[in-house]
Amino acid sequence: MPEAPLPIVDFSNVAKSFGAVRALAGVDLTVRPGECLGLVGHNGAGKSTLMNVLAGTLSPDSGEMRILGEDIRQRYSVALAHQMGIRCVFQELSLCPNLSVAENTRVVHPTIKGPGWRGRAGALILGKLDEIFPGHGIQPGDHVGDLSIGKRQMVEIARAFTVTAAPLHLVILDEPTSSLDAVTAGQLLQYMRKAIGQGASCILISHVLGEILDYSDRIVVMKDGGVVAERPATGFSRDTLVAAMGTVARAPAAGQAAQAADRREERPLSVRVRPKGRPGGAALEARRGEVIGLAGLAGHGQTATLLQVFRAARGRDPDTEVTGAVALVAGDRQTDGIFPLWSISRNIGVRSLRRMLRGGLIDPAAEAEMAEDWKRKIGIKTPDMNDNILSLSGGNQQKALFARALGSDADIVLMDDPMRGVDVGTKLEVYDLVRAEAARGRTFLWYTTEMDELKNCDHVFVFRNGRIVADLARAELTEEKVLHSSFTEDA
Amino acid sequence: MLAQVLSPRALRAALPAASLVVLLAAIFYIQPRAMSYFGLNLMLQYAVPIALATIAQMFVIAINDLDLSIGPFVGLTASIGATLLASSPVLGVLALIGCVAAYAALGALIHWRNLPSIVVTLGMSFVWLGVAVIILPTPGGTAPGWIKAVMGVKLPYVPFPIVAAAIIALVVHVVLMRSAYGAVLRGAGGNARAIGRAGWSLLKIRMVMYAAAGTFGVLSGLSLIGLTSAADAHIADRYTLYSIAGVILGGGEFVGGRVSPIGAVLGALTLTLTGSFLIFLKISPDWQIGAQGAILIIVLALRALIKRREG
Amino acid sequence: MGAISKLAARPWIWSYLGLLVVWLATVTFTGGKGGAEILSAALSFGTFTVIVGLGQMFVITTGPGNVDLSIPATIALSGSLAMKVMGGADAMLLVGLVVSLLCGVAVGGFNYALIRLLRIPPIIATLSSSFLVLSTAIAYGRGLKIKPPPMLADFTTARVFDIPVLALVVAGLAVAMSVLLNRTIYGRSVLAIGQNMRAAWLAGIPVERIRFLTYLLSAVLASLCGFVLAGFSGGASLNMGEEYLLASIAVVVIGGTSVAGGRANVPGIWGAALFMFLLVTMLNTFGASAGVRLIMTGLIIVAVITIAGGDKPQR
Repeated sequence: MPEAPLPIVDFSNVAKSFGAVRALAGVDLTVRPGECLGLVGHNGAGKSTLMNVLAGTLSPDSGEMRILGEDIRQRYSVALAHQMGIRCVFQELSLCPNLSVAENTRVVHPTIKGPGWRGRAGALILGKLDEIFPGHGIQPGDHVGDLSIGKRQMVEIARAFTVTAAPLHLVILDEPTSSLDAVTAGQLLQYMRKAIGQGASCILISHVLGEILDYSDRIVVMKDGGVVAERPATGFSRDTLVAAMGTVARAPAAGQAAQAADRREERPLSVRVRPKGRPGGAALEARRGEVIGLAGLAGHGQTATLLQVFRAARGRDPDTEVTGAVALVAGDRQTDGIFPLWSISRNIGVRSLRRMLRGGLIDPAAEAEMAEDWKRKIGIKTPDMNDNILSLSGGNQQKALFARALGSDADIVLMDDPMRGVDVGTKLEVYDLVRAEAARGRTFLWYTTEMDELKNCDHVFVFRNGRIVADLARAELTEEKVLHSSFTEDA
Repeated sequence: MLAQVLSPRALRAALPAASLVVLLAAIFYIQPRAMSYFGLNLMLQYAVPIALATIAQMFVIAINDLDLSIGPFVGLTASIGATLLASSPVLGVLALIGCVAAYAALGALIHWRNLPSIVVTLGMSFVWLGVAVIILPTPGGTAPGWIKAVMGVKLPYVPFPIVAAAIIALVVHVVLMRSAYGAVLRGAGGNARAIGRAGWSLLKIRMVMYAAAGTFGVLSGLSLIGLTSAADAHIADRYTLYSIAGVILGGGEFVGGRVSPIGAVLGALTLTLTGSFLIFLKISPDWQIGAQGAILIIVLALRALIKRREG
Repeated sequence: MGAISKLAARPWIWSYLGLLVVWLATVTFTGGKGGAEILSAALSFGTFTVIVGLGQMFVITTGPGNVDLSIPATIALSGSLAMKVMGGADAMLLVGLVVSLLCGVAVGGFNYALIRLLRIPPIIATLSSSFLVLSTAIAYGRGLKIKPPPMLADFTTARVFDIPVLALVVAGLAVAMSVLLNRTIYGRSVLAIGQNMRAAWLAGIPVERIRFLTYLLSAVLASLCGFVLAGFSGGASLNMGEEYLLASIAVVVIGGTSVAGGRANVPGIWGAALFMFLLVTMLNTFGASAGVRLIMTGLIIVAVITIAGGDKPQR
């Protein structure tokens, strides 16, 4: 017997890029049998990409991948990952809502078949649920679609720990406690330790730093697609962990901000919104000409709040005040922004068609004029604005979406993390444009997952679990404060 | 307890049976003589082919597609049954197997090219009709004796159509709702990505579902000629509408893989009975399809109401 | 080279190419006889397909799952209503037209109400409503043997220089629809919704209002078709709309409109309608049976959708 058993996962120098964006810049990762690896990092640090590579849903551009000592880089897939005992609990649920709990269990275990399969699948999942979440109240015959989101999460987790033909070596838990209450979250984490005691391994990703610190053996901190710190969990405290995730705190530009803060109350109100759904938390207020930042970890209610404002501007919503026309700059270009069959100029003009009418018909000259105007103003790099929008690079597509919003009649511009996957040069140009437009009286609500962008904001609201948990004026804004508010100590 | 009975889920599941019971009660109230072996037999004569066509449609709807060609397809298989199958059984059987294979191939094509099922099946409806017209240019032909014998069976106490419908519902229920692979098939309608991730072939699933639809289309055509003795290429043109309506009346959803074979058969029975109901009401047959449309809309409206309660 | 590849990139070019090939094949077979007559007949009969095809095009362009299956029933109802109202009198011509169009407004509004209130897919909504509409037409129009007003009959069958007047009018209608599609806010909105409904909503387009107008437009055009078709064929009949269900969808697909939504093509509708008619004529000339004609029609639709479709995920 060798001294140290083979590591379950041994990645070295794994890299993955999406277009111009390096999601993973050569990562080394080792998971040994019988340990819990805590994985933390702010938005865009590369955690999800790394986990998708590990689960077989993404294949890396380069690097070495060994699972249980076997070099599997060339032939890795979801199926192989399952065969080799790697299970994944993703944040997006992978259960079929029209099937029962037992049937969903059968779907991932091809060997459960023949007469009595339903009973066996039910017993398997029920046994695991009882083991992890005593008193869970879930029946194997329950339809997943009828279960609450928390119970679905419990089924998904328990299913990942069930074993039939394929072995179980490693379970990836990506924010497993996000929809669990404190009691069930505790049950899960205790079970996880028990499973680790029996030789399994886990990777735990969580924004609740207390969970990471208390339940992991080793913690890996990622930032900008690389690992920046790796130590036994005992070597970290909450503060050192937050510090490792961020960069060295810089002094903010206090002078300019103080000025903005002075005049704040005098300006007319543009938007007042309190995120719906979750009680408690503060309200967000934006005044004319302000750039307001919405910060926090991705998916904690920022986009939902922007959409709440967007809806309120068009319909009636007694809880949300919006005083002017609204335009939105989408961050997820493909699903929320781009019209893929259209030219650049049509994509820009779609929000301003009313202005281009001559005698009831859209004037092509006016449309072309607007397109050329914005091509100049925002610097879209293309030989011809009549080319298809997809002929542009990601950054230039994003510029076109900015042009659509900024060229419209909107007084309030909502930005839904629009700089995802955009190069630095474009970013700087857009920052300047936003500041200039704000100076001319436009209001910006800017959800961003990037710390640097918050420094362009007059005021920052930090979201956590759908609530606003911190309200920072520019003078008080530090990366550390934002991180501290984004990550909770306890669930 | 009461809350459980009145839960949206229970209500939705009870809707197909409730519609049928309400309709039957209304028929018996208006025409007490219908409440007899003979009366039921007569009213439900055509329930078997309609139920089979409805089941065929249900397989396609279960994976979020829609088959607009099932009616002409049933007409085609009826035409084959009344000609080839009677004159040269081997050739007839081969032709019917070919029909099922064509359906499976259609499923493969739709999956492979990611095509909208409605356009493809609408085009295919012309192909089925064309082939049927070539096989049987004018109404006629003779159904094989054994099919007529099966469809003409007289059972004690319970009329044949009811027993046959119950058997169809049960068999399909066992295969699709209770078998291990059936769970995977339905799962593909609910969350195709999850099923693909778990290592199942979505192409194979679609082909299996379309082949199942083809098989039940064949059975529907054969049972139909067992009743009519002769066939016609246009004999089942209405079945496309009937089958979709039957699935919906039976509680099936258009997307998400939520279907119910028992419900679909109940829906087909309900649909079959509306005709008799309208006759007993002395409403002109002109309004028959209209009444079927109205029932469909009422059921959909009831379901929308229940859904709203679900929130 | 550049011009050719540019032309080849226009999806409607294929329907005209097909039309040319089929026509040439027919004329070659007959030895050059009747070429002009065939074209003239195609213009006559294709006209009705074009009218409903235009409406169906707008509906299909609003995106996957959108299709109007109530067109045949609407044609039947509108035709019989109009015939009864006019009672063969020229004086009632305008009233008949108005009644016919109002019938379209009612059906379209009903279709959309079902889609919206019952939250069901448009296919199911228009199918259910077509049951009701057809029944109304049957109940209302049974035994109806009213001749159209002479003026209407004359107008729908009139020709100048062997070109049907109706075809010229419908060509004008097609131009108007082309302008509606490409130069108005409504048309742009339809195209945007078809490409990405969520992005359209986020770009400030009133998605539901546009969808409502689209179903309205389709039903009104179907009514118009019923009106002129009844005039053309000497009265309304209950099954006169039947063939237009497939035809309306077929001309849209063959004409280069994307079934995935967001890309529509008006000239292609004309090309495809003529092509479909000429194809049947050609098969007739070759002595093909009714069965073969049906099979060919079906296979061509499946072939066109197989080649053209599938570039974008459906549903």
